[in-house]
Amino acid sequence: MDHAATTDQLRKTPLNAQHRKLGARMVPFGGWDMPVEYSGIVREHMSVRTNAGLFDVSHMGEIELAGRDALRAVQLISTNDAARLSVGQAQLSALTTPAGTFVDDLLVYRLAADHFLLVINAADIERKYRWIADHTRETGDVAVVNSSSRYALLALQGPAALSILQPLTGVDLQSIKYYWFAHGEVAGVRGMLSRTGYTGEDGFEVFIPPQAAERLWTTLLDAGREAGLVPVGLGARDTLRLEAGMRLSGQDFDETTTVLEAGLGFIIGKNKQEDFIGRTALEEQKRSGLTRKLVGFEMTGPGIARHGYVAFAGSGQGIVTSGTQTPHLKKAIGMAYLPIEFTPAGAEFEIDIRGRRTPARVVPLPFYKRPQLQPGV
Amino acid sequence: MYPSDRRYTKDHEWVIVNGTEGRVGITDYAQKQLGDVVFVELPDVGRGVSQGQACGTIESVKAVSELYSPISGKVVDRNSAVATKPELVNSDPHGTWLLRVELSDPKEVESLLTGEQYAELVK
Repeated sequence: MDHAATTDQLRKTPLNAQHRKLGARMVPFGGWDMPVEYSGIVREHMSVRTNAGLFDVSHMGEIELAGRDALRAVQLISTNDAARLSVGQAQLSALTTPAGTFVDDLLVYRLAADHFLLVINAADIERKYRWIADHTRETGDVAVVNSSSRYALLALQGPAALSILQPLTGVDLQSIKYYWFAHGEVAGVRGMLSRTGYTGEDGFEVFIPPQAAERLWTTLLDAGREAGLVPVGLGARDTLRLEAGMRLSGQDFDETTTVLEAGLGFIIGKNKQEDFIGRTALEEQKRSGLTRKLVGFEMTGPGIARHGYVAFAGSGQGIVTSGTQTPHLKKAIGMAYLPIEFTPAGAEFEIDIRGRRTPARVVPLPFYKRPQLQPGV
Repeated sequence: MYPSDRRYTKDHEWVIVNGTEGRVGITDYAQKQLGDVVFVELPDVGRGVSQGQACGTIESVKAVSELYSPISGKVVDRNSAVATKPELVNSDPHGTWLLRVELSDPKEVESLLTGEQYAELVK
């Protein structure tokens, strides 16, 4: 509420005026002035689970690598195996330090054989861009460009997302598989449509030029109104991703936690040929075994665990990284790093909620999985 | 907007005093700032509370906020409906009392804001 003095120093997406017009409550997030909620977190959350929601995620950063050795460069800085990507396909990956800990997580899009788009988190885009550029300087013929200001990014998420978007584009959306993308026009705006998201629902993320952002935003909201589409802020984005078991960079993992500890071993390329930063450390950790790991939990006693709360597991301790009362599942859930012997599902432990030790139980992630589509219905 | 049948605190609670008993709740401004309330933790019946001291917590999806008692006394009842339907705090903040307190010093209420003064505070 006392952010007035600093609002001027925050970065603004091309949709800032639209958010204010819609009456959003704005908060600083990763150096950006962003909407946290419009009509209420619970309502927005439920809209995405049952109909659809529209998110402005233009604060995300875009880094492009192009040139004959672009693949080599991507392989060096990220954990997943980008050689397995076809043109038109994307993968979740991690930027890691030599210790195998996180600089950030990211999506790697293969735009062409020798051209990649990396989508990174909003905080410290410039620092991460320099980190990527510095570490690929010796990698031959590759140009690394921070093209964040050339993209606005809208996410349309929810079971009705496809039916809302399809009439506005000539691209056959049904033919875009999960974690694939296509280029085309949406409402007369040239862009890139990616079947990805951060909510656990079906949906698309649309990359467009910033000057077209307002037009596409308002066109989509109008087109989806009857189907129950509402604008959704960062508050519900956080509860949606948590229900879906998706980790948040800087909160559930950071430079002090490794990819394996974060439970993200699946974003380390299994048969990847090339070396990558942190590979030796991660392989060594895999050999010697983890001492702690990120797990999902639900509270079995009254209260809501929050980021930073301390967990007690036997004679050891852990730390809660995310926690909330979920609007859809209607219980208190969260994620925490726990000593390895307490990480199997069903393990009981306690969390210090403002001085009171409250029981919790480890449960498998994700908390929420969307219902499969029924064929022929 | 802020009814004159009660007094208000700068921490955004209200109290309706009836004889030696006060009913305590939070204001419309407070519920708007909190957003969707999902959990309310109140002191046990029989516990003493002091004016201006934290006596419970109200949690929304995003945040934890303390409940400060507007008056001193002993808790004689708490609203059980709020435990099962915390969203009542959002939908009807001025009609949803949280605590009933037996006042130890009914004059304390004079130090609190009137509806008009509170409306000015949150303008």
